[in-house]
Amino acid sequence: MQATEVLTADAIIHEIKRAGIQFVVALPDATTSHHLLKTLLGDPDLRVVQVCKEDEGVSICSGLFAAGQRALLLIQYTGLLDSLNAVRGTAVELASPVCMMVGLLSKEPGVRPTESASYGVRIVEPVLDAMGVEHALVEDPADVERIVPAIEAAYARMAPTVLLIGREPQ
Amino acid sequence: MMKRDECLRALARRRTDEIVVAVYMAAQEWINLAPHPLNYTFTGAMGQGSSHALGLALGRPDKRVIVLDGDGSLLMNLGSLVTIANVAPKNLVHCLCQNGTYETNGAVPIPGVGRVDFPALARAAGYPRAYAFDALGDWEQALPALLCEEGPIFVDLHVEPGDTRFPNDFRRLYSVESREAFRRALAAQPMPVGAV
Repeated sequence: MQATEVLTADAIIHEIKRAGIQFVVALPDATTSHHLLKTLLGDPDLRVVQVCKEDEGVSICSGLFAAGQRALLLIQYTGLLDSLNAVRGTAVELASPVCMMVGLLSKEPGVRPTESASYGVRIVEPVLDAMGVEHALVEDPADVERIVPAIEAAYARMAPTVLLIGREPQ
Repeated sequence: MMKRDECLRALARRRTDEIVVAVYMAAQEWINLAPHPLNYTFTGAMGQGSSHALGLALGRPDKRVIVLDGDGSLLMNLGSLVTIANVAPKNLVHCLCQNGTYETNGAVPIPGVGRVDFPALARAAGYPRAYAFDALGDWEQALPALLCEEGPIFVDLHVEPGDTRFPNDFRRLYSVESREAFRRALAAQPMPVGAV
């Protein structure tokens, strides 16, 4: 992929495919819906499964893993917070590499999540740290290079991982 | 009303190589009544059985997936009815062991006990077909056809505790080692080329 000055949905999708993802399980998030999810919905190489609630997605991804498939859960951070028990029981305790791409709605560009004015955004990384869940921030164009290693590491460790989307991809 | 152990034994007699996802009381009994490498009890959190089953059904379209859900569990994840109906996996049989209580958690009645019409909820969510059984003979008679029917289908089983009691063994239900054994057993039956 050619280097760009902005984070793009195309670059993220390219890395998702490079990580061997076959299914994207999703619930719309304002940060990622317009360019990323809508593009994914039309992508013939990936099957998108829309869910009604994010914890369903954690479990669908676990089932897909058990069936030998690679999946990515695309949600908003509010949905991640709402799904913590499923992440705890299904992904952490049952050692499932549930890979999540989580939009940080309302995070200010260029501001670290833990320094956001938004309480909800501020607590995401500390909550994940408390759960022992690996996470990485994808905000600048070069950050897309974190996607494949994070997913590969999740499968190597048999543990969940969260890729935090820090700004709206174009 | 059917005795749950008799109801599950009837299913076990007809089971061949289907994946069976089971939760809570049904799971505790199923792993004892019908040991099989493709039993999946690794749901981890209450309400999630139907969603795990959907993932398995999507990942292995060549295998039939039967989920033995609970009514308290399904009430925690009613949206999964819409999700499943929307995806419409042809290989998914969604059975509900309806006992009207949170049996594992003290047998407290579920909200709306005796009033909630689960097959109607499934139909309204978009399941093409939903059935209900409260007599063992009817269930036994219907099983061969149900297990061949195109999914997703919803099957409401009215059950009460049976005469056979098994110890609760959540360690086994949520065992990583057992989940890995399941994965190996499923991988040993590779998906035919072109099945996706």
